[in-house]
Amino acid sequence: MTPLAPPMALIAELTHRCPLQCSYCSNPLHLDAARNELQTRDWKNVLTEAARLGVLQIHFSGGEPMARPDLVELVAHASASGLYINLITSGVLLTDAMMSPLLSAGIDHIQVSFQDTQETSADRFGGYHCGHAKKLEAARRIRESGLPLTANFVIHKQNAARIREMLALGEELGAQRIEIAHTQYYGWALLNRKALLPSRAQLALVTEAVIDAQARLSGRITIDYVVPDYYAERPKACMGGWGNRFIVIAPSGKALPCHAAESIPGMVFPSVRDTTLGEIWTASDAFRKYRGTGWMPVTCRNCDRREIDWGGCRCQALALAGDAGATDPACSLSPHHHVMHEAIAAATDAALDLIPRRPGLLPAQGA
Amino acid sequence: MTGTARTPSFRPGVKFRFDSVRDAWVLLAPEKLFLLDEIGVEILKLVDGTRSIDGIIDDLAARFTAPRAEIARDVVGALEDLSARGAVEL
Ligand code: SF4
Ligand code: SF4
Repeated sequence: MTPLAPPMALIAELTHRCPLQCSYCSNPLHLDAARNELQTRDWKNVLTEAARLGVLQIHFSGGEPMARPDLVELVAHASASGLYINLITSGVLLTDAMMSPLLSAGIDHIQVSFQDTQETSADRFGGYHCGHAKKLEAARRIRESGLPLTANFVIHKQNAARIREMLALGEELGAQRIEIAHTQYYGWALLNRKALLPSRAQLALVTEAVIDAQARLSGRITIDYVVPDYYAERPKACMGGWGNRFIVIAPSGKALPCHAAESIPGMVFPSVRDTTLGEIWTASDAFRKYRGTGWMPVTCRNCDRREIDWGGCRCQALALAGDAGATDPACSLSPHHHVMHEAIAAATDAALDLIPRRPGLLPAQGA
Repeated sequence: MTGTARTPSFRPGVKFRFDSVRDAWVLLAPEKLFLLDEIGVEILKLVDGTRSIDGIIDDLAARFTAPRAEIARDVVGALEDLSARGAVEL
């Protein structure tokens, strides 16, 4: 066996607090409460350790990472540790007063998410009045500061028709990178799947627009496209493989191999409050459980894509096949692949009502 | 400008640095990172925003035994790939 390589990147979910309420949010339904969040000194330890362990990039995310008053301090600490710093934000808190301290602290790149191109629908999807206007302002500030900007658009059936306007908006904002990401159906997005999952025709429309734009803007704007699993024949390499490239730290300090991993019953995730990141990466049961190919069901073990997609997503296998150790149902070789078709059928002509992501709004179990 | 007269530079937010943990050069970009092969590293060490692609090829051709045409193909291929992936501006 080859020795375990160090992790490439760490996703620091600083908080689950967020002024927005996107129904397609992939955060877990049980959001970590503010009182359980790691303290500034805990995060600093995590950053120092991460850099020593070989982490190259840190992604400050959430929730809304800018809701943490210590964000600038953490960016400065990450920068001093030699990490490449990315901020993933809704942008609504990115005021002039925040921009220059972030810059001086050493931030490298900012991603701002947009809910739509039209103010009324964008603010409706985000559940935040005047959010869209604030995001436009934030994007302008980022560009004026000289920092590279990613404009992120999450696609679902209620905004897919405006894909070309989204690409045009990204271009107009001076984004160096545009991310067109189909909703990933975890957490709140899974709860709202019927009202979000696009039709095959919508998917084709979006894909065509993205391919056109990629050809037209190549070398100027990088356009990254994240497809929805539901129409795929093969799954995505979730997180580049379990415990293979990424560590996600939840607001409470739990270390997760995948954003949605806490949904897997019976698994105990180590916390950075109790143990070192190095121990977590190399020795924890949680990170070893689905690492590599040894855990795989026979379908994957005999497949020549086993080290390409690593059997897909464990959390999706759990959510859709009832077993985190199964082949991802997104794969047509999975005996559960039919659930994808059933989900598509259920979303066809379904009501468009959305449940907003809001702490305490969790529907009763089984609902 | 087209062809090998163009001058490559790193795009904003792109960092080419040595990682002492991996004992290897890495290229870090917005939400992407690239681990490089030996020739990739030698090419990127010569990207400084003033040297042209031709200049880079000349430099490598003087130091390595491979035929110039082969080096040119590697250099152009690597830089165009990194340009398409948003790390290098041509
Ligand atoms: S998806 Fe929306 S609600 Fe979820 S963290 Fe991002 S901005 Fe907040
Ligand atoms: S069988 Fe497993 S390894 Fe093969 S493509 Fe499907 S999910 Fe990937």
